Amino acid sequence: MPPKMTGARMLWESLLREGVEVVFGYPGGSIMPVYDAMLDYPVRHVLTRHEQGAAHAADAYARTLREQRKVGVAMATSGPGATNLVTGIATAFMDSSPVVFITGQVAAEYLGTDAFQETDVTGVTMPITKHNFLVTQAAEIPRVVREAFHIARTGRPGPVLIDLCKNAQNDEAEFVWPEQVRLPGYRPPERADPDALARANALLRQAQRPVILAGQGVLISGAMAQLQALAETAHIPVAMTLLGLGALPLTHPLALGMMGMHGEYFVNMAIQHADLLIALGMRFDDRVTGKLEAYAPQARKIHVEVDPAEINKNVPVDVALLGDLRTVLEQWLEVVEPQRHDAWLTQIEAWRADTRRRDVVEKVKRNGGGPLRGAEVVQRLWETTANADTIITTGVGQHQMWVAQYYRFGQPYRLVTSGGLGTMGFGLPAGVGAAIAHPDKEVWVVEGDGGFQMTQAEMATAVQEGLNLKIVILNNNYLGMVRQWQELFYERRYSAVLLHNPDFVKLADAHGIPARRVTQRREVDAALAFARQQRGPVLLEFRVPPEDNVFPMVTTSDPLHRMMRRPDQEPHVERTANWAGAAP
Amino acid sequence: MTAVPHTFVVLVENKPGVLNRVASLFRRRNYNIHSLNVGTTQDPRISRMTLVVYTDPAKAPLIEANLYRLVNVIDVQDVTDRPTVRRELALVKVRAPRGLRTEIINLATVFRANIVDATPETLTIEVTGTPEKIDSLIEMLGAAEVLEVVRTGVLAMTRGTVQGKRHLPQGEPAAPAMAAA
Ligand SMILES: Cc1ncc(C[n+]2csc(CCOP(=O)(O)OP(=O)(O)O)c2C)c(N)n1
Ligand SMILES: [Mg+2]
Repeated sequence: MPPKMTGARMLWESLLREGVEVVFGYPGGSIMPVYDAMLDYPVRHVLTRHEQGAAHAADAYARTLREQRKVGVAMATSGPGATNLVTGIATAFMDSSPVVFITGQVAAEYLGTDAFQETDVTGVTMPITKHNFLVTQAAEIPRVVREAFHIARTGRPGPVLIDLCKNAQNDEAEFVWPEQVRLPGYRPPERADPDALARANALLRQAQRPVILAGQGVLISGAMAQLQALAETAHIPVAMTLLGLGALPLTHPLALGMMGMHGEYFVNMAIQHADLLIALGMRFDDRVTGKLEAYAPQARKIHVEVDPAEINKNVPVDVALLGDLRTVLEQWLEVVEPQRHDAWLTQIEAWRADTRRRDVVEKVKRNGGGPLRGAEVVQRLWETTANADTIITTGVGQHQMWVAQYYRFGQPYRLVTSGGLGTMGFGLPAGVGAAIAHPDKEVWVVEGDGGFQMTQAEMATAVQEGLNLKIVILNNNYLGMVRQWQELFYERRYSAVLLHNPDFVKLADAHGIPARRVTQRREVDAALAFARQQRGPVLLEFRVPPEDNVFPMVTTSDPLHRMMRRPDQEPHVERTANWAGAAP
Repeated sequence: MTAVPHTFVVLVENKPGVLNRVASLFRRRNYNIHSLNVGTTQDPRISRMTLVVYTDPAKAPLIEANLYRLVNVIDVQDVTDRPTVRRELALVKVRAPRGLRTEIINLATVFRANIVDATPETLTIEVTGTPEKIDSLIEMLGAAEVLEVVRTGVLAMTRGTVQGKRHLPQGEPAAPAMAAA
């Protein structure tokens, strides 16, 4: 006879069988039996200061442990606890991150009565989860947990939510761990159709100007070696999406860099002039295509994807290869023929040289002065930490784009950023999750002054957990990215973007976190060194020009190659730089 | 892009909330549902939906792919261009003053429809057939005053051993695995 136990214990028994070691969460009335039972199990529970923080931390934990196929777990009580998770669930959903969310729910007999802290959480999260479950009986728990982890981790990964009625936590039932998962409707494609593969290979053989577009799918399926082998064999340059950064080290001769709205000019030029695009695990988001009708007009397109619903969604393609990316690339490598595209790469190098001439860091080097720029801080951070095994998490805005442009990622799973949803405040809680997943690595949070204030309470979590977390705030005193758009597209009419900020150094001090404010170029290195010497959390605030902009840039109505480049004269940057030295 | 009616036959797990998931998907993706019919099948674990959607034919594979994103969806067939039996049932209540009654009853007979309720003022007609046939009965009844109409939406089944079109390659195990399991 299988052992009888409470649903709460069954949950932990099941989570342990799924390899769960860490849970991020926040307790409350409807999940108390689970929290009580937790004391008897060997798991590390991280008490964040807000459920959104738990969600982002679990998300980052999963993203940075993808190689180990770990699933993040975040837990919350019913009602407000569950609704506080929603931004984090949507963030994980848009970025295909495997996270299992567990929420308490009122007892089954009270469902639908508007009981205290009852929210229809499965209803609310239906469009932002890969799947969700409402559990009304204890006996269902092992099967549901097994299915939830399977769904979260396989195919195109994504968040799965389990809403656990309180009676199901308290009641006793027999614990039966299902031998196998039975989901008749869930069959993610694995291997590409051989005919389609033959057609793709024929297109590649004819191509003179091919470009690979590497997305996060490369990281998710662990296809970095296969990507590199395909690129090298057929001599194809590789452009990357924001979430694809790290798919191929930027030091590789065939690595181009980031494409899209704030991608590099030469990368976008290559895409627009290509005669073949090979899209690997990316979804032609509007941030990477620019104006759709003018996107890569001469290119045939091959799309390798695990999610059939991405095929022909935004960009019509000539050949779709459905399957697990790594498996499909392995199939392809068996038939691909060696090629050279030297003339094409020479052309791209010419564009690259022009890109470099306009670069902000190069410019500062040339005229050797002016205020300390946000991009420079990231550049120095990269030069300082590149050889250490470093993970960078970010918020959303200008600082995020400077990280994408200037931190030259050499390895996969090192950038953790909210791409699809663009969730401000993601940086610090993501840093908490990454630091817990990787106590051996340096974890740096790069946040904006705006986004940092959305989730700054997680400083307390970092202290409580003794995390070796380095926090950088690029303080431009503005909601910078919105301000940039107002400058460029709304005649510089600044509406609700100026921030009256707290003293970030004192704020850190209140948490017992050592902190420094940096206003001058010559102070940067010492501050970075100071942060690296400390064991435990450190905060560095960098004062950067309020009216600096992210360039180059494609506006949403323009084709990808028509980029706004950085102007030679930047009077706003010079004029507004003086605030840096001032007291907060 | 011209939207034309597309008919999908969808097998789903018979579980609570599945209809909600399908409806939520169509709302979220902004697909235009014309009719949606759900019923049981020979297998109590499986329900069957017949969905008529107005869509650009080029987008039909995307609808199929999005349905497959729902974990509870087992099989999707596009039967639009296939030989199918298509049936809908309608109840039509008309005002039937003495002078018109015989005419209405005759009309119903021509359409092989049944009078299922009669009162001194009204007649209710039950009619089964293709949606087009029901359309034309209602049109012919125009001379009388139509008081109420309810239609089930179309049910579709391919003829003989014909299968619907599957736009996507099928993963393993082959589609209605549940029946075999
Ligand atoms: C939760 C949320 N609210 C609003 C936005 C819109 N938004 C995008 S960037 C941005 C400004 C971010 O300011 P800050 O964090 O200071 O970063 P900066 O751009 O200045 O580097 C805003 C408001 C968002 N992405 N997320
Ligand atoms: Mg800012």
